[in-house]
Amino acid sequence: MYSAIVFLPLLGAILAGIVTLVGAHARHPGGVDMQANGNGGHDGGRGGDHGDHGHHPAAQGSRAAELITTGFMIIVAILSWIAFFQVGMHDGDVQVSIMPWVVSGSLSVDWALRIDTLTAVMLVVVNTVSTLVHVYSIGYMSHDPHRPRFFAYLSLFTFAMLMLVTSDNFLQMFFGWEGVGLASYLLIGFWYQRPSANAAAIKAFVVNRVGDFGFALGIFGVFMLYGSISFDAVFANAADATGKTLYIFGTDIDALTIICLLLFMGAMGKSAQFLLHTWLPDAMEGPTPVSALIHAATMVTAGVFMVARLSPLFELAPVALTFVTFIGATTAFFAATIGLVQNDIKRVIAYSTCSQLGYMFAALGVGAYSAGIFHLFTHAFFKALLFLCAGSVIHAMSDEQDMRKMGGLRKKIPLTFWTMLIGGLALTGFPLTAGWVSKDAIIEMTFVGQNPMAGYAWGMTTFAALLTAFYTWRQMFMTFFGKPRASAEVMGHVHESPWVMLVPLFVLATGALFAGLVFKDFFIGHDYADFWRGAIFLGEENHVLHDMHNVPFAIVWLPTLMMLIGFAIAWYLYIFNPSAAPALARQFDVLYRFLLNKWYFDEIYDFLFVRPAKWLGRFLWKKGDGWLIDGFGPDGVSARVVDVTRKVVQLQTGYLYHYAFAMLIGVTALITWYMFAGGAH
Amino acid sequence: MTGWPILSVVTFLPLVGALFIFAIRGDDEIAVRNARFVALWTTVITFLLSLLIWIYFDPSTADFQFVEKRNWLGGTITYHMGVDGISMLFVILTTFLMPACILASWKAIDVRVKEYMVAFLVLETLMIGVFTSLDLVLFYLFFEAGLIPMFLIIGIWGHKRRVYAAFKFFLYTLTGSVLMLLAIMAMYWDAGTTDIPTLLAHDFPGEMQTWLWIAFFASFAVKMPMWPVHTWLPDAHVEAPTAGSVILAGILLKMGGYGFLRFSLPMFPEASDMFAPFVFTLSVVAIIYTSLVALMQTDIKKLIAYSSVAHMGFVTMGIFTGTIQGVQGGIFQMLSHGIVSGALFLCVGVVYDRLHTREIAAYGGLVNRMPLYAAVFMVFTMANVGLPGTSGFIGEFLSLLAAFEVNTWVAVFATTGVILSAAYALWLYRKVIFGTIDKENLRAIKDLTGREMIILVPLLVLTILFGIYPAPILDVTAVSVDNLVTEYHAALEQAARFAALGN
Repeated sequence: MYSAIVFLPLLGAILAGIVTLVGAHARHPGGVDMQANGNGGHDGGRGGDHGDHGHHPAAQGSRAAELITTGFMIIVAILSWIAFFQVGMHDGDVQVSIMPWVVSGSLSVDWALRIDTLTAVMLVVVNTVSTLVHVYSIGYMSHDPHRPRFFAYLSLFTFAMLMLVTSDNFLQMFFGWEGVGLASYLLIGFWYQRPSANAAAIKAFVVNRVGDFGFALGIFGVFMLYGSISFDAVFANAADATGKTLYIFGTDIDALTIICLLLFMGAMGKSAQFLLHTWLPDAMEGPTPVSALIHAATMVTAGVFMVARLSPLFELAPVALTFVTFIGATTAFFAATIGLVQNDIKRVIAYSTCSQLGYMFAALGVGAYSAGIFHLFTHAFFKALLFLCAGSVIHAMSDEQDMRKMGGLRKKIPLTFWTMLIGGLALTGFPLTAGWVSKDAIIEMTFVGQNPMAGYAWGMTTFAALLTAFYTWRQMFMTFFGKPRASAEVMGHVHESPWVMLVPLFVLATGALFAGLVFKDFFIGHDYADFWRGAIFLGEENHVLHDMHNVPFAIVWLPTLMMLIGFAIAWYLYIFNPSAAPALARQFDVLYRFLLNKWYFDEIYDFLFVRPAKWLGRFLWKKGDGWLIDGFGPDGVSARVVDVTRKVVQLQTGYLYHYAFAMLIGVTALITWYMFAGGAH
Repeated sequence: MTGWPILSVVTFLPLVGALFIFAIRGDDEIAVRNARFVALWTTVITFLLSLLIWIYFDPSTADFQFVEKRNWLGGTITYHMGVDGISMLFVILTTFLMPACILASWKAIDVRVKEYMVAFLVLETLMIGVFTSLDLVLFYLFFEAGLIPMFLIIGIWGHKRRVYAAFKFFLYTLTGSVLMLLAIMAMYWDAGTTDIPTLLAHDFPGEMQTWLWIAFFASFAVKMPMWPVHTWLPDAHVEAPTAGSVILAGILLKMGGYGFLRFSLPMFPEASDMFAPFVFTLSVVAIIYTSLVALMQTDIKKLIAYSSVAHMGFVTMGIFTGTIQGVQGGIFQMLSHGIVSGALFLCVGVVYDRLHTREIAAYGGLVNRMPLYAAVFMVFTMANVGLPGTSGFIGEFLSLLAAFEVNTWVAVFATTGVILSAAYALWLYRKVIFGTIDKENLRAIKDLTGREMIILVPLLVLTILFGIYPAPILDVTAVSVDNLVTEYHAALEQAARFAALGN
């Protein structure tokens, strides 16, 4: 069954890929000559969120590709819920060995699936959201001529993500890790005719590679320390390495600390944490269902999963955990501030995702792994819901994404409005919704957390709760309330989405409302031990879960209060007194532009890394290779040789004889030498 | 399998094919056609025969297999052939790439076709000979003679600046080989034989090892090529015809790495150990330096050529770690690079045949007209980037893993290569494949033909197969590498003990 869960999406991806290629080849036959055939000019114009591929008929087999991939995903989703109850509620941990992968000397890595509770949770999240996104995309992408390719990519992504969460060793995790990176790259750049989409795709891949650089080094460190990179072997001996140092980077450093920090660098890249976050907002260039699946619910949470999976190592590296808390808390706050002023409906949600991932890391850092995963679980529902609702809004508004051109949509698309409202309530932590349960748990955990950064994290996450409420309500008010700001023509076209898009919204809305209370006992409540068993490791001094019950009343309700304040401010600025918002922006012009320009991170990185790399590349090429090495090396010499040779022979083939002659002399000398020396023996 | 000399047959069969082509009279269409088919069939049969070597190869021993030994030139120099786990797969790689090269030249070469095919077949014999010969003089003959056909291929069938490129190639390699020749003489003087298995067991004195190591290094470093003697490669690639680039990147570069494994490491262990930090430095500089340079290229082939230098940096780094993972990683990286870079050059050839330019700026939006090409090129780009699941990953991973154990700084700097390779490879892909078709002359470009598919699909299958199931390569090389590494460390220990006694 587990093999089916992992490999059915791959099969779907391959089949849809074949449909894509066969169809594409039929439309564009092969040939070397440059004569036009009757099919010229496939270079459609630029457009909005849809139809970048021009107005071409849909690829052949679009329906088949949709049905195959979506059908497989529905099966897989059902299977993974079965797996979830089997593994989570009963003792059903399984390891499935598939085949050997890399075997070299003492290194031995297998392809293998590891199913424990942590994996089962991820299976449910990934496959549920992926299935709903597949279904939703049938409606959302219905005007796109390249649907088989889109569904092939979606299923490919799902496969890679499943490989990541079922990995039994570091290397397979890295395979999934980079595999989702590839799928993300392909999907962000899905509309390949748009330069901005291509740029965003490359940025996502390269920034992720910066994180993977750390991840790879971390794996090397693990192998050096434990002599193995399989989870079982490493976790069993994890404690042996405490206190060991590695002679790394010229000094002795505590081995586990440096390894965990390097591994966490990978998590920072994949989960778009502070400093390595710049790719995520740009990734919104991809189609909206992709944003919901990859850049909200699943791939970006891989970093959180990784830290939780490696809890046996991180628990032994308190310094690394402190750093995780610091980065998480900083991101939670920092991304929320940027979200306050963005005008693109998708970018607001993107920064919100960034910020919520920060919450998860803050929880992991204080040792509350289960709370982090719990928030990952609930967040998947309400954030995917928000993105898909945003997609529905964009769909209704004829591909408009700028909230300044929206407004007054509440009555026109009521179902989208109500589901998005549920998503917003869950995100802001309205009492009893899923987000309220899991997010407030994180804030409480940071309050009782022991590490030096816990207090900082508590302050940051609590304040970020206010910011979250503000930007969420600002988005709701700008989109659905007030007077329409779009042209009459656009407003005339506004329509509710088809059922194939609405049903996934209802399913996710149900999750956003109830997933918190229903599953709380398992994730962080009194069924904790039975549910997780060995999947998450806690050190002996780790009492956060227990201490959480002793948090004072005021602290428990403080986030809710923060949420209400955030709501009130948003209501005042955008409903009660709409002229106040622009006035405020003018008054704090510098701060406003600082936030609007995302703290100027892109500009700073461009200045610090991109331009120097280009300059250095050009310099090394022209001066290093061209002037220094060639100038004093072969060019100087060969120029002379060419001169001389030109005078002697005219044919290019003439050079052959020179070379042959030189070689002949060499061989003659050799033979003479050996005969001379041979005689001496 | 000892019944007939399979290695000699595989080595010299292409030469027989070359003689057949010589025998073809006339220069008309039919003669040219015959020449092409003779060349194709010769290479295909050679490949199929060479598969027998793999099939009957015994991976459980580190000894040389399929050994043939005949007296030659008065008894001291012998005609000695044989393969072990290190060299065997290079033979297969050579015979495997050859049919692709002939097919890639099918339409692209239309002048002096007969001579071209002869040059390629002779080249094949000489390249296989390098990997199968077990006598130093024999090795030297194959190693050096192989340059002549390559020199001709660049010089006659190359592009505009072919003379310059051919000469640069010639000057660099000649310098290296003269030193190697001197070293071979010195080795004969010391050991009294040029037989490689005997020499492998011979202990050269420490001082002498240093000089011999340097002499061999001069030759192999140029071949690899290592920084800073790499500048011939971009020019040679740019000017060479497509098939020439494939052979250059796929096989000729691997001779340097093979040389390090066959000679430097086992014969001069003390010197190798002494020079390892030096090699690491050059490797790391190569990885970062050439990756940065690749970032700024405007010529597709030059970009891939610079990326080759960077990838070879991983090979030298892995080999000189002297660990099993490092050496196996180096071998794997060489074999994988042979497939992937060969395929990338073939991909460039596909569009060059259509548009006759290598300027990146001349392309753009090809995916709109060439979807199959875009898909194939994507797979090889990802393999070049070292994405897990492609063969490019395994070698990089193993060699970096080994480097980390030996020296963390080396691993850290070398690993930055994975970031840079993503940057330049994806940038190239974006510029050539993605976007809209703005250029008028691209509007009618057509997708891959059947012939091009036949060339590229096997390479694509192997790239992915060895990425997810590298065992066929790792298993075959395991015992020989293990033996090499064990002997290497034993020699180092012995030298250390000797030094301690001396004090």
